[in-house]
Amino acid sequence: MKQFFSRLAIYILLITGSAIFLVPLFWMMSTALKPIDQTMAMPPTWIPFRLYAQLDGERVSVKTGETLSAPAVVVVIKETGQKRIVAPDQVVKGRLVTRDKSGEQIKLPVTVVKEIPASKQEPWIRVTPEEVMAAIQAGKGDTSLVSNWDVVPQNSLVRERALRWDNFGKAIKALGVYEFTPRELANNWLGIVPGAWRDNLASSLYEKMSPKLKRIFSLNFTAYLKNTLILCVLTVLGTVLSSALAAYGFARIPWRGRNKAFVIALATMMIPFPVIMVPVYCLFRWAGWIGTLRPLWVGSFCAGAFNVFLLRQFFMTIPKDLSDAARIDGCSEWRIFWQIILPLSKPALMVVGLFQFMGTWNDFLGPLIYLTNQKDFTLALGLQFYQSQQGGTEWHYLMAASTLVVLPIIVLFFFTQKTFIEGISMTGIKG
Amino acid sequence: MTRGEFRTLMTGLAFTSPWILGFLIFTLYPVAASIYYSFCDYDVLSRPVWIGTLNYHDMLTDAVFWKSLKNTFYYALVSLPLGLILSLLVAVLLNNSVVGRPAFRTFFFLPSLVPAVALAMLWLWIFNGEFGILNYAMNWAWTKIGVFAAWVSAFFSDAPLHWPKPHFPNWLAEEQWVMPAIIMTSLWGIGGTVVIYLAALQDVPRELYESADIDGASTWTKLRHITVPMISPVIYFNLIMGIIGALQVFSGPFIMFGGSGPNRSALFYAIYIYQNAFEYNQMGYACAMAWVLFLIILALTWLATRATRKHVYYAGE
Repeated sequence: MKQFFSRLAIYILLITGSAIFLVPLFWMMSTALKPIDQTMAMPPTWIPFRLYAQLDGERVSVKTGETLSAPAVVVVIKETGQKRIVAPDQVVKGRLVTRDKSGEQIKLPVTVVKEIPASKQEPWIRVTPEEVMAAIQAGKGDTSLVSNWDVVPQNSLVRERALRWDNFGKAIKALGVYEFTPRELANNWLGIVPGAWRDNLASSLYEKMSPKLKRIFSLNFTAYLKNTLILCVLTVLGTVLSSALAAYGFARIPWRGRNKAFVIALATMMIPFPVIMVPVYCLFRWAGWIGTLRPLWVGSFCAGAFNVFLLRQFFMTIPKDLSDAARIDGCSEWRIFWQIILPLSKPALMVVGLFQFMGTWNDFLGPLIYLTNQKDFTLALGLQFYQSQQGGTEWHYLMAASTLVVLPIIVLFFFTQKTFIEGISMTGIKG
Repeated sequence: MTRGEFRTLMTGLAFTSPWILGFLIFTLYPVAASIYYSFCDYDVLSRPVWIGTLNYHDMLTDAVFWKSLKNTFYYALVSLPLGLILSLLVAVLLNNSVVGRPAFRTFFFLPSLVPAVALAMLWLWIFNGEFGILNYAMNWAWTKIGVFAAWVSAFFSDAPLHWPKPHFPNWLAEEQWVMPAIIMTSLWGIGGTVVIYLAALQDVPRELYESADIDGASTWTKLRHITVPMISPVIYFNLIMGIIGALQVFSGPFIMFGGSGPNRSALFYAIYIYQNAFEYNQMGYACAMAWVLFLIILALTWLATRATRKHVYYAGE
């Protein structure tokens, strides 16, 4: 019996705990799929929805306006065609008794469109078709459109789950658009092509592009994504290669002074980043690399101590006899490294590469220091830039963009779960 | 040195060259230059001018410096112990043989994968003063407890229970709530530490618990006298990494509060270094601050090592 209760307690704790950890993520996705009026509603909407009303016998998705809890009439002012909700006693013999701007009492001829028997128990509500609302917000609404609303009993509205997937596209657009020209193509995308060919190639490529492709290329998001991916590929490549090389030198070649050098390598791990931040910045400034991606990946080709340490530990576990046998067969040190040790170390290399990918994808401080042109920004910096610019009202777009930054990492995690967990435990235990 | 030894040395150096190069360019030179700059007035545009220990003197009277130091210590002192204890508890829970263990582990781990920028956006939204989900949840829970309390009190007295309506904090705008908010976001990301603990827990020999069970030890006793001592090296490791990490916090608060917050309540030490270096162009002062940070980290690591030395148990010794 006691066992039963302790197990029950464990499950309750685990379920509540993981719920608390997951709710923020759920909230991010949920907000990302809402229209803006549902983000700004209290009590909050957990599942995004659409409201449907019967208008002229047709089922239309609508946005709601004010609620009426007392009888009223809907009238159209004959002169202007304007539609209004007024109290029943304001309409006398087909005329609306009201006041003009200066406060004078006036009587306007009106036609009564609808009489609303609303009450506290059965409130009615003003509804506008969602399309009309969108057109008005986009500034396309003329007067006839503005009057395109109706009043219906509140309990006649039907609520259905509806996820606004188009928020993702809109959020991407909200991150910014620029004019995409052959020049842009040459400068931002064909940087590796030798200068003499670049412009010709750019203009001929530009002509072959479909309008849709051009639209995609004109998004800041595309540039951010490209920069992030370039950095991820280069840093992963650089880190894995250089750390493996150095780790091999530390683990399997007994050169003089090796242990002293390794102690120095371990000691450098103690140095916090802010200490070297300024001189390294000055160094790249001296090289004229500020405002390019270079400062963000060049360093990764110079093995970092931590990764060297991890890989060295791994290389040490591979039996020495293996290299000795190869050496007797006349294998060079390079071939032993490339053809024997590296293939055997795939799991460890995966860990190093994976963590470097995450590190580059998530990095904020590096891009913040070195990148100056918006088109060079990474996703992380671009997202922060957008947020700081618009000040935080379009929460649905912000959450959609954040989801786009988070999602690749989460997908990657699900595909490489074992490597991930092993890697983290490895860093913890070996340290 | 024989020819063979020389050849080994050359091969060794060749393989190690990426690290040697990196060490010279990205560690040795910057460290030396940083020491030098810390004694200079340096604005990047003109040459550094030697000013002796003036930068270090300035720190003593720079109220903003002290504020940033205070904020950073406040953060470290609260978030670090809380994080260590909470993640140990989660790991211990996960170490039971429960159905769906990998799923639970993933649930606790996922938040730690969220990039700093997205994390900052998400929590800005959760802490939002008007539409924030956190205050809504707290209000909801408080009201429900009130209903329950009223139900209970009805058994004892006829007078209706007065259930106060508290003022819920506006997390991002009220100075005293900014730091708790930041600490909360940091606790959301303990997944990595949980996984490290979990790996260590799985190495604790089962027999120890079995013999404790025979002696009738309680859950708490087993946790206190078996689990914690057996994984103490990992706790020590997490503590040291935690100190180093907590004192260098940058991205989260920088994005959420634009580097300052109400009355500089979100100004962390690393943020102030960044601002000095790249916003006020006081590279020398930034370097001096960075060295002070390094000394603080060294001192705290040394202190933590001394304080825990007697309690850290290594199975090999």
